[in-house]
Amino acid sequence: MDKTFSGILAAGALMASVPWLGLPAFYESFLYLICHWIILAMSWNILSGYSGYFSFGHGVFFGVGMYTTAGLAGKLDWPFLATLPLAALIPAVLGVLLGAVVFRVKAVRGELFALLTLAVTFVVATIIINTRIDGGPGVYLMSVSVPKLGPSQPSSMYLMVLIVAVITALIAYKVQQSKLGVGLFAIHDDEDVAEVMGVPTYRYKLLAFAISSALAGLAGGIHALFVQYVTVGETFNITVPLTVVLMSCLGGSRHWAGPAVGAVLITTMLYFFTAGNNPVMGKAVVGIVLIVVILFMPNGVMGFFLRRRAEQAARRSRDAEAGRAHAPPAAVQPEPPALQPSLPTFAPVATGEVLLQARGLSKAFKGVQALSDVDLQVYKGEILGLLGPNGSGKSTFINVVSGHYPATGGTYAFEGRELVGMAAHEVAQSGIARTYQIPRPFMHLTVLENVILSAMFGGASMNRQQATEEARRCLSFTGLAHKAESLPDDLNLHQRKFLELARALAARPRLVLLDEVLSGMTPSEIDEAIVLIRRIRDQGATIVFVEHVMRAVVALCDRVAVLNHGKLLAVGPMQQVMSDPAVVNAYLGKPHA
Amino acid sequence: MNFPSFNLLMQSILSGVFIGALYGLIGLGLGLTWGLLRQINLSHFGLVFLSAYLSYQMATAGHVDPLWALLILPPAFFLFGMLMQWTLSKFAITPFNSLLATFGLTVVLESIIQGIWTADFRRLESAYTSMKFKVFGLFVPVPELITFGLSVGIAVAIWAVMRYTDVGKALRAMAEDGPIAAAFGINQKALSLFLAGLCAALAAVAGVCLALTFTLAPSQIFAWVGVVFAAVMLGGLGSPLGPLVAGIIIGVSEAITMAVASPSWAPIVSFSLLIFMLLLRPGKG
Repeated sequence: MDKTFSGILAAGALMASVPWLGLPAFYESFLYLICHWIILAMSWNILSGYSGYFSFGHGVFFGVGMYTTAGLAGKLDWPFLATLPLAALIPAVLGVLLGAVVFRVKAVRGELFALLTLAVTFVVATIIINTRIDGGPGVYLMSVSVPKLGPSQPSSMYLMVLIVAVITALIAYKVQQSKLGVGLFAIHDDEDVAEVMGVPTYRYKLLAFAISSALAGLAGGIHALFVQYVTVGETFNITVPLTVVLMSCLGGSRHWAGPAVGAVLITTMLYFFTAGNNPVMGKAVVGIVLIVVILFMPNGVMGFFLRRRAEQAARRSRDAEAGRAHAPPAAVQPEPPALQPSLPTFAPVATGEVLLQARGLSKAFKGVQALSDVDLQVYKGEILGLLGPNGSGKSTFINVVSGHYPATGGTYAFEGRELVGMAAHEVAQSGIARTYQIPRPFMHLTVLENVILSAMFGGASMNRQQATEEARRCLSFTGLAHKAESLPDDLNLHQRKFLELARALAARPRLVLLDEVLSGMTPSEIDEAIVLIRRIRDQGATIVFVEHVMRAVVALCDRVAVLNHGKLLAVGPMQQVMSDPAVVNAYLGKPHA
Repeated sequence: MNFPSFNLLMQSILSGVFIGALYGLIGLGLGLTWGLLRQINLSHFGLVFLSAYLSYQMATAGHVDPLWALLILPPAFFLFGMLMQWTLSKFAITPFNSLLATFGLTVVLESIIQGIWTADFRRLESAYTSMKFKVFGLFVPVPELITFGLSVGIAVAIWAVMRYTDVGKALRAMAEDGPIAAAFGINQKALSLFLAGLCAALAAVAGVCLALTFTLAPSQIFAWVGVVFAAVMLGGLGSPLGPLVAGIIIGVSEAITMAVASPSWAPIVSFSLLIFMLLLRPGKG
């Protein structure tokens, strides 16, 4: 058990002693509200803060949980505790069903997702008020008995909500630490890249939605007993979603504890202002605080402190760097620092064994045939150059093979296994990695975390510790070790391209698809990259290499394939292909002799 | 389910058109800032209510005809909108954070309104309140008709400006790609200030219409958020005519639901519409 985990448990145990301290009852109801909002804000954050899918529909899951308990305990006389599992389960099922529809529509992100979930709130509210679940007058829970946990009824309520708050904090922390959390943060930054690197995005979003909804429903079930009278108007309004969004953003939504910080701050402010002499003034003050915080601390309180800590760490490592002074930058060291020792070194000769076999592979975009009936074999251990004028289908080939675009015709098999129709993350896990022509790092993750993610989710699927070691190895391999703790913003183009390479390598792929890694580099950077690519192959990876820099193609490729207008013109050794009349025509035009 | 008489049905459709016009008028300013400035300005609703209360105050205490408020309030709000945009432009604010900051402003406005006019319901009584006439057996209330006229007139005028004038073209270019538009000599800052001012002025006009046709309470501010958002999303962000058309579609479908089923079922229509629109053609958002 790690320190934070036991810390949360210890804090919970400490808080649990409050009812026996003989404090006025006011403290128990105040602490109840704090725990209540901590659950709601933290559970919201598990989906919305981590993955960036900002939901305005948290009130639905809270409300459905509330009405589950109200209906079962208040109308059907179930014992209160027996209703709680259902108060968690029904919202979770609702969340999964909603997600199963919504997450299939790729464009519903950001504000659109927020609005859609808000609209669901009002639809569910209308259904509840017009059916026997409520019917209009509201549901009373006066006669429901409160389970005895503490010395008094309010203290029992407080202890119940405290237990759920501790469970929520543990879950929020564990999710952030787990593979699920790493995947969700990647989805936040760039969902398409996350998927291509092996993150099962759809399943992860559904899982996060289910956890988030279940916890909100649990808070609702307990709150039904706390307020004793449940109405649609008081439950399904925009107070709950707005308040949790505010709390999370105020506290910082990129950290599991951020929402809890925000919940404590806002609940305390609201409680003391509204309990004071001038509730209206109090509300205005909360509004002003919100404006000021959003403008001056856009990443929230936790974000603010985390960034300061990161800056200090960066300064320290810069100082250490300066201490080592005149050592040459790692990128140009002639000797590779610690080549992955665990991998056997292949002879750089093609074995004749087929690794990737494309048959009649086609891709059309609304009538534009970007890839047309391509038959291509890639042999194990070779570097195959993919050439062709702009728009000839080279990048489309990579996008189809990596699963980013579904093929519209034909098949392709990798190591004998058919991959057509598979999701991109399954393709990645089967041992194919790719880079992007314009680097697409996860902007909020450090360089090291970017690479760790690939090692965890790609074909290697390592655990976090192995992945970290592997990532460090890949970073020093690509000469980025000194940038491990930086954010991608601090990298120049050449470093970002090498980060793409490091990410592709960390997945330990058997096939690497390189999409114009050399474009935009200076001649000396290209020389470095050529050495690097050759070394990648020497480690046992097969490479498909899209490139316009002919010098590099000649230096690296065993064979080349030329595409034009989506069709494969010629394949074979460089000399042979370049004298092929069809290729000459495509590049230079028909001779007018 | 009960089937209302033809006359009753037509009357409710007419009232749906009228309330839809108000949805459209409120949604117009909201959609323009959202689509063109990339800000989700929740304080638009606060400003609408502030304007409504101010025209109420002028009519009740100053005995000023509410239509005079249309000359006084929009220019004042224009300045306020510019001031707000000027402040926001000092900070690099994401769309989502703009939502939060303007929510804070709405809460402040709500507190101010509640502090001055209390939480009780207020009703603007003016010469227009009970004015109505009958056409083809249908009652047409004058305040609603004024709202309808203003809503249609302003939406068409803004559409024409966006379509045919240089300022309009500059605005559309800025919305498409701000930095590139700036590189072609478009003064982004001045345009943003102008647009924010315009949208605040639109909030003032909508507020006067709201005071003419509805009973006011500070707690009602958030009641309009859902349905107006639906109108803006359906109509398309940044579109001048879209929110009006979508508002009327929503208003009429609500009115028919009220007449055929019961008033409490009304919200399901607009929000189901919104959900389906988002799922079927999300790119339009």
